[in-house]
Amino acid sequence: MSDARIAVVGAGPAGLRAAETLVAQGQDVTLIDEADFAGGQIYRQPPAALARPAATLYGAQAEQAQAIHALGRELAGKLDYRRATSVWHARPGRLDLLHAGQVDSLDYSRIVLATGATDRPMPFDGWTRPGVFTLGGAQVALKYQGCVVGERVVFTGTGPLLYLVAYQYAKAGAKVVAVHDSAPFAEQARHAWAMTALPGMLARGLYYVGWLRAHGIPVRYGMTPRRVIGDARVEGLVSAGIDGRQREDACDAIATGFGLRSENQIADLLGCDFAFDPINSTWNPAKDPAGRSSVAEVYLAGDGAGIGGADQAELDGERVAWALLQHSGVAAPPRRIAELDAALVRSRRFRQAIDQAFALPALARFDLHDEVMLCRCEAIRVGEVRQAVRDAGITDLNRLKALTRVGMGRCQGRMCSTGAACVLAETACVSLAQVGRVRAQPPIKPVPLSAYVDADPASSGVQA
Amino acid sequence: MNEIHTEVAIVGAGLIGGSAALALARAGVSVTLIERGVAGACASGVNFGGVRRQGRAPDQLTLAARAHEIWPHLRELIGIDGEYVRSGHMKLARTQGDLVKLAAYRQKVEGFGLDLEIVEGAEFRRRFPCFGAEVIGGSLCPEDGQANPRLVAPAFALAAERAGARLLQQCNLICFSHEGDAFVLKSADGRVIRASVLVNAAGAWGARIATAFGDEVPMRIKHPTMAVTEPLPPITSVSIGIEGGGFYARQVARGNVVMGGGFGEAVGEDVCRPGGAAMAALGRNAPAILPGLAHASIIRYWSGIEGYFDDKNPVLGHSTRQPGLIHAFGFSGAGFQISPAVGEVVADLARGRTSPLIDAAVFSPARFS
Repeated sequence: MSDARIAVVGAGPAGLRAAETLVAQGQDVTLIDEADFAGGQIYRQPPAALARPAATLYGAQAEQAQAIHALGRELAGKLDYRRATSVWHARPGRLDLLHAGQVDSLDYSRIVLATGATDRPMPFDGWTRPGVFTLGGAQVALKYQGCVVGERVVFTGTGPLLYLVAYQYAKAGAKVVAVHDSAPFAEQARHAWAMTALPGMLARGLYYVGWLRAHGIPVRYGMTPRRVIGDARVEGLVSAGIDGRQREDACDAIATGFGLRSENQIADLLGCDFAFDPINSTWNPAKDPAGRSSVAEVYLAGDGAGIGGADQAELDGERVAWALLQHSGVAAPPRRIAELDAALVRSRRFRQAIDQAFALPALARFDLHDEVMLCRCEAIRVGEVRQAVRDAGITDLNRLKALTRVGMGRCQGRMCSTGAACVLAETACVSLAQVGRVRAQPPIKPVPLSAYVDADPASSGVQA
Repeated sequence: MNEIHTEVAIVGAGLIGGSAALALARAGVSVTLIERGVAGACASGVNFGGVRRQGRAPDQLTLAARAHEIWPHLRELIGIDGEYVRSGHMKLARTQGDLVKLAAYRQKVEGFGLDLEIVEGAEFRRRFPCFGAEVIGGSLCPEDGQANPRLVAPAFALAAERAGARLLQQCNLICFSHEGDAFVLKSADGRVIRASVLVNAAGAWGARIATAFGDEVPMRIKHPTMAVTEPLPPITSVSIGIEGGGFYARQVARGNVVMGGGFGEAVGEDVCRPGGAAMAALGRNAPAILPGLAHASIIRYWSGIEGYFDDKNPVLGHSTRQPGLIHAFGFSGAGFQISPAVGEVVADLARGRTSPLIDAAVFSPARFS
């Protein structure tokens, strides 16, 4: 049976649409997801005790969220659904899983990676102080736990999520002190025309900004965070404009993020080729428009292979499922494929404009001094990295990791590698593309040694 | 135009090649150190990091004794201390039979200065409360220790460069030959290196170079599986091995416990990954031997590509076929501690001398013919 088993990793919009399409064509699908309930990060469902109306939780996207949740419930009876299960290692044909504190494995013939995204924080003076949260973390606190990260919050960073979370916080009754976007207003205006490719999405973004302004919340452009005020916890934030002029805002929490980062470690472990995306300043697994990776058995959908957002993820998921089915001889319906492809082209055009409008700011704008923490897991500061880069002539991010331990800790570089790449590139006077990316190593997330207590040596073994 | 002339060319800028290059450069010899990737990034840089004499056959102990003198002076030699500490090395026993073997080893190596102490019973529990019930004692070598291979391995090559060696990184050699009175090495990117003496310090790839010059050696490639935990409170000060093998561990100053046991698998020719069975075995063994690990999480697994001989000795000495060719590879998972001394051996051989540190016959490739 496992000869034809298709593994779908991730039960967000991309993974669910892929699984739906595959199941409808009679395929044998195992759906693996870290969460208890379907929805992914964007449509995350709170535990039953904290349930609230969809409109409260998901705002303008309530309808999509409900449809995705319903799809998750419907699919649960039609496929092998592994909830609360993480993939911590991947080898061709086999995934290593962690569920309920125990390791397990799953053999597959083909795999759809719909692994989603996480925040892309940048380091600044004090960014590891209690009271500083990522945008996604702040949103999870609100959606999942029904609480806010602070009573007076500054939102600083860039990207659509910055405005969305600020809006959600204000709606939830928190005081949003200010929204600081590192992108200059001119950049957003310049790319607004391209965003009309998806007028609905553009309108939604404009609505949030308009709403925030209408409620007296200052939205400032071209502002980067410079320094957190407060020793034990956040008491304020010093920010700087493009002209270098600084301002101070008193607050008790900061939510920050500079766009999102694809969770692409499984694709890396499975040997997929990666390509540098200069607009988004990041490495993504290479794929064709239908979602085929460079490895024949591996298919990619959604934010895990480049940020496209939830709506695009749904299109992606269905499209990639058809590509996979086509490989196994199932004819794809030409009209539906044409519709999907046309919608994806529009969506990607919109996304490109978004990426350009909310670009990762140049490192110089953070004005990092040597004492700023760069890798919080291993407690490596900016100065140590600059020193090592100069002393050993480092130009490669993996070499930097080997010589300084940056990215070697619990998070395996998920949180610090963007900052580290920027500091390395700046110090070594090379481009971000040249420094490369941190190679994925197992486990993707920490595995307790106790997870092996009941493990069957035969099932977990490759060879003695 | 792209031709480099050098007295000694060393292939492989791992620990062996790096320390040989350093010894030669310090002796004023023209030396070129050639590395396919970056210095010290293969097995030399990703090994366990045990700096241990205990467990070695007497054949290696003169070499190990010389290395033992060098390790505390690493800073003067390569500019960093490499996180070297003489933490002690404890080889554990699970049975009375193990203890008998450890005692026999102690007797066998008397006179090499290891100062082994067999600890068992109540005294073992009192002095080493970190060990689980299935461990009943052990043999302590108080001056053995540990260091960080990630830092030490590249530092040797970089120190050699500072001392005057030419270091060629990202230089993938595709053609090895001997023409007239010189070795001629050609790289994929068109560089040509001519040398009077060639040192084969290519680790797991060493047998391939040996074969190119007619030396056939029965080396096997293996991939040890290693793991590291998140930082933990102090559990063990001594570095740990176990009689019969299969588990080793050490805790670094930051608190992470580095451990290993079992082997991984090759993925194509030059890539490897930790083994599923080995990871599972580590999961079962580690908390049984060190109960302090019961609630620890592994944050990283890894492996390296190493060359092994059945007699656990490297090939270290002159080629049996090609004059001027010196082999130094196949350290069988135990090259880290002795590498600074191996560099001195190679430097002696490359200058036409014999080395007082080794019995040439024991390490010669001729032992296989």
